[in-house]
Amino acid sequence: MLTSTSKYQFVDCDPDKCIGCQLCEYVCSYTKTHEYNSYRSRIRTVRVEEVLITAIACRSCENAPCVRACPKDALEQDENTGIIRVDPAKCDACAWCVEACDFGAISMNPATKLAEMCDHCEDLEEGPQCVKWCPKEALSFLTSEQRAQQSRRELMKEEVIGTKAAG
Amino acid sequence: MYGYHGKVLHIDLKEKKHWVEQKPEEWYKKYIGGVSMATRLCWENIKPGCDPYSPDNPVCIANGIFAGTPVPVGGKYGLASKSPMTGFIGDSLSGSWFSVALKRAGWDAVVIHDTSDTWVNVFIDDERVEFRDATSLLGKGTFETEEAIREQLHDDQVRSATIGPSGENMVRFANVTNDGRQAGRTGHGAVWGSKKLKAVSVRGTHGVAVADPDTLMKLSFNITREAQGPHTSKYRILGTSTNVLNMNKLGLLPTRNYREGVFEGAETVSGEYLHEHHNVKTIACAQCPIACEQMSVVKSGPYEGAMTGIEYECLFANGPNLGISDLDYVIKLISVADHSGMDAMSMGITISWAMETYERKIFTNEDFKCKSHPEGFPLNFGDGASAVSLAEMIRDREGIGALLSEGTRIASRTIDKERGTETWKWAMQSKGLEPAGYDARGLKTFALGSSVGTRGPCHNRSAAYDVDIQGVVDRFKVDETRGEHAKDAEEYAAVYDTLPLCKFIRRCFTGKADRAGAWPTIVQLINATTGWELKYEDIDAIGSRAVTIKKAFNIREGWKRADDALPWRWMHDPMTKGPSAGYVTTEEELEYMKDLYYKAKGWTNDGLIPKENLIQLGMEDVAEQIGV
Repeated sequence: MLTSTSKYQFVDCDPDKCIGCQLCEYVCSYTKTHEYNSYRSRIRTVRVEEVLITAIACRSCENAPCVRACPKDALEQDENTGIIRVDPAKCDACAWCVEACDFGAISMNPATKLAEMCDHCEDLEEGPQCVKWCPKEALSFLTSEQRAQQSRRELMKEEVIGTKAAG
Repeated sequence: MYGYHGKVLHIDLKEKKHWVEQKPEEWYKKYIGGVSMATRLCWENIKPGCDPYSPDNPVCIANGIFAGTPVPVGGKYGLASKSPMTGFIGDSLSGSWFSVALKRAGWDAVVIHDTSDTWVNVFIDDERVEFRDATSLLGKGTFETEEAIREQLHDDQVRSATIGPSGENMVRFANVTNDGRQAGRTGHGAVWGSKKLKAVSVRGTHGVAVADPDTLMKLSFNITREAQGPHTSKYRILGTSTNVLNMNKLGLLPTRNYREGVFEGAETVSGEYLHEHHNVKTIACAQCPIACEQMSVVKSGPYEGAMTGIEYECLFANGPNLGISDLDYVIKLISVADHSGMDAMSMGITISWAMETYERKIFTNEDFKCKSHPEGFPLNFGDGASAVSLAEMIRDREGIGALLSEGTRIASRTIDKERGTETWKWAMQSKGLEPAGYDARGLKTFALGSSVGTRGPCHNRSAAYDVDIQGVVDRFKVDETRGEHAKDAEEYAAVYDTLPLCKFIRRCFTGKADRAGAWPTIVQLINATTGWELKYEDIDAIGSRAVTIKKAFNIREGWKRADDALPWRWMHDPMTKGPSAGYVTTEEELEYMKDLYYKAKGWTNDGLIPKENLIQLGMEDVAEQIGV
C-alpha cells in the first residue's frame, strides 16, 4: 500500500512523456555536488520492460513515514513546504528512512554518510532544476490536487476534442 | 585532465588479469574518442594480418568525450576490432548508458585481449575487474542477458554490452547490444563469440567533472531546448522510418534485393503507418533530449507481442527489400535480429539474396529443410512467414542458416563454387558488407562514398547522398567535384563519430548543419569539457585523422585500390521503374571518381597515404609503418 501524498508540492513525472534520457539526474547531481553522477541525484529514473519509464523524487508525504521511522529524530519536515531536512549531527546512516520510503526516493550519500532526498532546490529562485531542464516537460512541480486537476483537464481535451495527438 | 581520466584499461581473457595504461594528453587530443580512438587502439594492439576470430584480434572500446556530462546526445562509445565481415576495420558506435557508466567508472577506453577458455562476463566495477562465469547466461537474448546480470549483481545501475545467441553461434554479422541499442554492423558479436565473451558489464559510481561547468551547462541547456524544435521533428515524431516514403519517391528505396527502387507496398510499411498502428513508446538513449527510437509492437496474429525499436535501415532491409508490405512480419524479423543480437541490415539483405536465388531456381524448397519444416519451404519475395523461419535458421545456424549466417559474400561464393552459378552478381555487398538503404544507382556521389568506405558501404560513415538528394550536384551524373564532396561528407561524419555526438543534433547548434554552423559550438563544448583551447580548424583535423587511421589500418591489413568497389548490381543492372530507372555507375565512372577522391585526400593514385600527409596529422608512427 503506497503512502498517500499530500498538500505539499513535489516533483512529479508523467510516464507517458518521460523518454528516459536521465538529464534530470545529471542536472540534479550537478546542482547538488558540481559533478555529474546518477548515484548522487535526488531524482532517479526507472526503466523496466524496455518501455516503462518514469522518474521519482521525494513526494513530500504528509506525516512522512521517513520522518516517523528515523530512530534518531534526525529527519524533520518543514511545515510550510513539506521539505524533509536531515540533521547531520543526528543522522547516523542507519538507512531506516530509505526502507520506510515506498517510492525509493531517499538514498545514502557514501561520502557524507547522510540521508539525501529532494529539497525542491529551495535555495534557487527558479525552483527545481530538473523541471526546468526536462526536454519533454514530463516533470512538473505541483501538489497532488494540482496534478489531479491537470489530469482531469487533459482527459477532457483527449476525450472531448481529441487533441492528444495534436499535443 | 578534465573530460578524460588518462587511463586505458587492458583486460586479458586468457590469463584473467588486467592492467592500466596511462596515455598522455597529446594522444587524447589527436584521437579524441569514439571510432577514432577505438581504431587507434586496434592499430596499437592487434597483430596485423591476424584472423578476425583469432585471439590476436582485440576488442577495443573507446568512450566519448561528453559521455556522463549533460551535453545532449554525447552518451556514446565506439567499438572496434578487425571485422570478420570485411577483414578490414570494423568500427561501430552505440548510444546510451554503457558509455556513461564506463566514464563514471574512471576509464576512457577498454582493450580486451586474447580468448577465454570458458564463457565469461567481464565486470568492471569502478577500479576493480572481475571475471564472472557466464554459463548461466548462455542462450539468453540481449535484453534478457542485461536484466539477468543486473539481477545477479543486485544493482539496476549496472550497464552491460552483451551478445545474444547469434553472437554465441558466431553468426558472422552478429552484433553487440547495450541498453537496447546496438554497435550494429561489421560483426562485433561474432568476434566476442570467438572469445567466449558474453558480456562486459560496468558499474561506475564516481562523479564526472568538467573544466568549465557554467559554460557547459549553458550551452547544453540551449541545445536541449533547440532540440525540441523543427530541427529534429523528423526524428522526434516518426523517427528515421519517415525515410521510407521519401526514398520511394526518389526511386531509391531498395526493393526485392535492390532490383528496383520503388515499392508498390511502401504505404503500409511507412514510418507514418508504423507510428499510427504499432508505436508503443518513443524512447531516448541516455543523455539524449531528442528521443528517436520508435518502440513498436505486433498487436495480433502469430507474432503478437513481438516488440523492438524500428528504424529506417532495418525496416527497408526486412520490408521492401524482401517484398514484404505487412509490418507485422517486418517487426517480427527485426525483433528476431535484435533479441538474438545480429545486424538486421545484413540479415535482411542476406535473406533477399536467398529469395532471389530461389526465384532463379538455384535454391529449391529442399534447401530450406529444418526441424520445424522437415520438407523445407518456398522462399518467395513477399513471403513473410518464410523469411521469419529463415531468420531463425540463421540465428541458430541451422541447416542452410549456417551458410547464410556468413553473409552474402561468403554464401554466394560458396554456392557458386558448389553449383557453378553466378549468384555473386546479386549478392549486395562491397568489402563483404551489405550496403545501406539508399540505392546508389540514383546517387552518384554516394556511389563513390560507398565504394571508398573503410568499413564497407555505409550511410553513417558517409552522408555523400546529401549533395545528391539536395540537388547540389546532378545525382545521375559524374563530374570533377565528386572527390571533394565525398571527402567532405566522410570527414564531416567522422567528427561526429569520433566525439561522438549523434548526428541527429547537427542542426540544433545554430540551425545550420554545415561546418560553419556546427563547428563553433562543438569547439566550445570540447573546450568547456576539457579546458583545452581547440580552434575551428582543429575540428576538421579530428575528422581527417579519424578517416586516416581507419584507412591506415586497412592498408596494413592489405587493402588495395580494387577493394574500393561496388556491388555488381549497382554497376551493371539498372532499375526499370521510378525516377532512378536506367542508371548504373559504370566502372569507368567509378574509377574516375576514385581518382578524384584519392586526389582530394592527398593520397596517391593507388589510394595509399604519403608519409608527409601522415606527419602533418601528427601520426609519425603510422607514417613509419604504412606511409609511402
